[in-house]
Amino acid sequence: MDASGLPTERSAAPYLFGLALALILTAVPFGVVYFDFLQNSTTLIVIAFFAVAQILVHLRFFLHIGFDSTPTENLVVMAFAIVLMCIMVGGSLWIMFDLDWRMMVQG
Amino acid sequence: MSMASATDATLVHPGGSPETEEKAFGFWIYLMSDAIIFALLFMTYLVMFGNTAGGPEAKDVFSLERAAAETFLLLMSSTTFGMASIAAARADRERVVMWLVVTVALGLGFIFLEFSEFRGMIAEGAGPSRSGFLSAFFTLVGTHGLHVSIGLIWIVTMLAQIGMKGLSVPVLSRLYRLGLFWHFLDIIWVAIFSIVYLPGLL
Repeated sequence: MDASGLPTERSAAPYLFGLALALILTAVPFGVVYFDFLQNSTTLIVIAFFAVAQILVHLRFFLHIGFDSTPTENLVVMAFAIVLMCIMVGGSLWIMFDLDWRMMVQG
Repeated sequence: MSMASATDATLVHPGGSPETEEKAFGFWIYLMSDAIIFALLFMTYLVMFGNTAGGPEAKDVFSLERAAAETFLLLMSSTTFGMASIAAARADRERVVMWLVVTVALGLGFIFLEFSEFRGMIAEGAGPSRSGFLSAFFTLVGTHGLHVSIGLIWIVTMLAQIGMKGLSVPVLSRLYRLGLFWHFLDIIWVAIFSIVYLPGLL
């Protein structure tokens, strides 16, 4: 992503490389769930790892985000959104599951 | 220079104007706020996951094969949109149209699979009103499906604009933002199959 706001990428290579990586990063977690040969907790870690990896691949090769090419303000907005998501999602999950646990103890 | 009659020369060396730059940045802010909305829908789903109210659980209603097919269709459509973007950067109007038509076909395939999934679930008594788990599921996955549907309408609109105006600077600027939107939706889908379908089927 550059500042122009117009399609400037003229090579198919990043897209095809991203596609190949995304296919691998999709096939592994689906395969792990389909064949079900790991403990559930291990499988969840594998799924989470491959999800984060695939999201990074999409950001890099489909949205063309790079620390060198992408305008700083776009990166700052994205970083801010990620911070907000972590606070809101993490905080809500913490509160809700803590509440759930307290209700169990009392009830 | 008239915006509506950009020559190939402007497209071979595409340069943004303050206007296209601002529009792309504003759209990026929208996408980030949309990501926050989705994050909260994911959070709600995680909280509601166990609240099945004696109704069907994730295992009973999800299909790994269908989720894999949906994932594949959306990933391919993201790639074919990328091919359309390349063609746009090369000012190759015919190929832009061709790849956008392929993208629409793949997107329609995705929406068809999702629609038949929802219809089947509701017919089995696993509709959104059955339990907190199902309400959260339909809200999250339905919101993504709605975004994809709006994206498809947008692609068809752009096909019409390319037909009428050609690859002018305003059309290219819209096509660029549509690309951000379409690739963004595929990222949301990665989170959906990783948080909803795969853990649900364990």
